[in-house]
Amino acid sequence: MMRDRFYRALREALDADERVWAVTAEIGTASLGPHPRHVNVGIREQLLIGVAAGLALEGKRPVAHSYAPFLVERPYEFLKLDLGHNDLGAVLVSTGASYDGARSGRTHQAPEDVAAVAALPGWTIHVPGHPDELEHLFREALRGDDRVYIRMSEEQNHARVDGGGFTVLRRGSAASPLVLAVGPTLAPVLEATAELDATVAYLATVRPFDREALRAALPATDVVLVEPYQAGTSAAEVAAALLDRPHRLLALGVPNVEFRRYGSGPEHRAAHGLDAAGIRASLEAFLAA
Amino acid sequence: MTTTTTLGYDDLPELLTRLTGDEKHDWSALSTLDTLWVLHDRVLADGDRFLLSKGHGPQAYYAVLAAKGLLPLELLASWGSFDSPLGNHPDRALAPGVGFSSGSLGHGLGVAVGVALALEASAAEPPAPGGTPRLRRLAGGRVFCLVGDAELEEGSNWEAVQFAGRARLGILNAIAIDNASSTHGWPDGLERRFMLEGWTAVRVDGRDHEQLAAALTPDPDAVRPHLVVAEVSR
Repeated sequence: MMRDRFYRALREALDADERVWAVTAEIGTASLGPHPRHVNVGIREQLLIGVAAGLALEGKRPVAHSYAPFLVERPYEFLKLDLGHNDLGAVLVSTGASYDGARSGRTHQAPEDVAAVAALPGWTIHVPGHPDELEHLFREALRGDDRVYIRMSEEQNHARVDGGGFTVLRRGSAASPLVLAVGPTLAPVLEATAELDATVAYLATVRPFDREALRAALPATDVVLVEPYQAGTSAAEVAAALLDRPHRLLALGVPNVEFRRYGSGPEHRAAHGLDAAGIRASLEAFLAA
Repeated sequence: MTTTTTLGYDDLPELLTRLTGDEKHDWSALSTLDTLWVLHDRVLADGDRFLLSKGHGPQAYYAVLAAKGLLPLELLASWGSFDSPLGNHPDRALAPGVGFSSGSLGHGLGVAVGVALALEASAAEPPAPGGTPRLRRLAGGRVFCLVGDAELEEGSNWEAVQFAGRARLGILNAIAIDNASSTHGWPDGLERRFMLEGWTAVRVDGRDHEQLAAALTPDPDAVRPHLVVAEVSR
């Protein structure tokens, strides 16, 4: 579980590094536990980001944590101004992802979060697909003083991918499509492409987007981008990377619709065509088109 | 830096004229002028922090910073131009002497809470065996944040006010310039609202330098955040 790993890593960082502060707004507060540099501001998400910015203004390394819609969307202007415009850094770590809170309904689902953060300048965005990757990326983020958004999810891959960055996991023929799996979509992507001639790559850090690596990995013309949040969030990055190369792009992800369903995460994943069967169907239709 | 001479309160009209090119304006109408002057002339000491949350109408701020040698006088005439570091809302990444970028209302107090937490905890006592860790207050370093009475309409301010009171951030001081510009007003006064949330509060004449200086020199051992309402006519 990424969440448990995050709380443990943050507790260790609080004990080890006086620069590190944790700021919560009731969510995760008890799991993290008390510490002199853990501040729970209550259900006050504008203050959550404001306090993080104030701590950064004093040279601290604040970690702000909440459910994705309450960490990113509710205080969005505070990300833009208190942190971005004031030229301050913080590590924002969200939980809930696109539909971990399936039963909680739309209020607790945030498929827009990565697109929203990516629309602001200067953010590094990590979408780890495994608790080991989460811990590594989080500890790296603590060392810096920049703006980092880390998106945790209940969905995770069977194994971590080592090496960080854009990693080619399987090479197909010179004519094969490049299927780029982001974060926890790797497990269904590997299953969907098992019997296909495909080049499969993995990416956990989507901003900045490694355009050079995408160019280097692309065997032919077809790109299939599989993101666990809003479809097309990184489509413009792919287009920019391949500006001078004729190409086709299929961008899979959560559709931009008001999705009024409860149920479970796996049901949502399947409904959005992001399970192995859905990805395979989209991929075959794309290749046949 | 080319010109860093220190000027006085009486020099501010000339600096404001440089800034705006307007020679006939009655600068005493600027609601924040006297408070900003008293803060920078008599209150702020080494280690103190100041956040101008009410970034609207920053002429007075720039003029005071220039008078105090924190902002080169030569920059004043460039105000608002494409290459100028001085805009209609101050940007800390551009303007010398500016500690906080403002313009959108309701952001300063929350950030000031974060600053106050960092200053109060800059030396945490190690936790006693089996006990709850405690924070130790260090000497020096108070936080001042200037807001407006209309700015306080933004709900984000109240998140900060509520938390600062509960957290007993005694080094935090808010100054509310009250020129009655809040359309729906504050029946029974701003002070009561802050006091209910655990603050101390006082109302002074926002043109009276002695009253302002006295109100802005709070008890160094204060355990409650402090509000100074500086009342000025529009």
